Amino acid sequence: MKARIFVTLKGGVLDPQGRAIHHALSGLGFGGVNDVRAGKLIELDLADGTSDEDLDAMCRKLLANTVIENYRIEKVA
Amino acid sequence: MASAMKSAVIVFPGSNCDRDLAVAFEQVTGNRPQMVWHGDSELPQGLDLIGVPGGFSYGDYLRSGAMAARSPVMQAVAQAAARGTFVLGVCNGFQVLTETGLLPGALMRNAGIHFVCRDVALTVENTQSAFTARYEAGETITVPVAHHDGNYFADDATLDRLEGEGRVAFRYGENVNGSARNIAGILNDAGNVLGMMPHPERMIEPAHGGTDGRRLFEGLVEGLLARA
Repeated sequence: MKARIFVTLKGGVLDPQGRAIHHALSGLGFGGVNDVRAGKLIELDLADGTSDEDLDAMCRKLLANTVIENYRIEKVA
Repeated sequence: MASAMKSAVIVFPGSNCDRDLAVAFEQVTGNRPQMVWHGDSELPQGLDLIGVPGGFSYGDYLRSGAMAARSPVMQAVAQAAARGTFVLGVCNGFQVLTETGLLPGALMRNAGIHFVCRDVALTVENTQSAFTARYEAGETITVPVAHHDGNYFADDATLDRLEGEGRVAFRYGENVNGSARNIAGILNDAGNVLGMMPHPERMIEPAHGGTDGRRLFEGLVEGLLARA
């Protein structure tokens, strides 16, 4: 079983990296970009039967810092 | 100043200010601190002061301080902090202390994106803690910063609580990195844990260009005597 964890900054939290990417896109001549937010994708290869509770605990205890970040778990068959 | 103070400095893979912090501890306390490797699950007995140094622990993988906060030794540091042992986290050490949950909030990428490495003016906001007792309230001191992720963030309720309880120890005199309310260093609720981005250990003798950092360490020595 595999899971993909998307970690993103919470809304309202300043994202200097996203802003720099936005600036670079503008520099390349792409004018239609309103905003950029950068995040992380973490792929986990899990033993079959790993519980949702454990997966959620992994996110809360390490993969995301919930003071500043949200996470979304996507299970892949 | 000689004292009976027993101290330790935690060393992670990627720490690079551990020796500077150890020199400051030794100069001010008169005793050489023990260097404790991150994989140790026990601290030396009878410590009065633990330093969590600056650097790039674990290469800043995942988030600055995130991996170090989960290392075995930090469990022991958290237990020592709960017993009242002084814990000082500088720069990456501050990041580690927030990731460990010993201090609230988080340290994010500098708002201006760039690494900032220069002397900055700090205002001493709280002189009630041992860390800050040797400063005057409202005093401006000069201490260097050197960081990429020093932008202090916490929600408004947490910031209000920190300010209301006098737990903001130091504030930047200018916008250095985008930190909420220009916060440079904060205390835990018991006042025995301080995390700060600026480096007081780099300002302890005249050859450093100033000695404004030295009184922080002297205050700890006096704080320990006051406890005895």
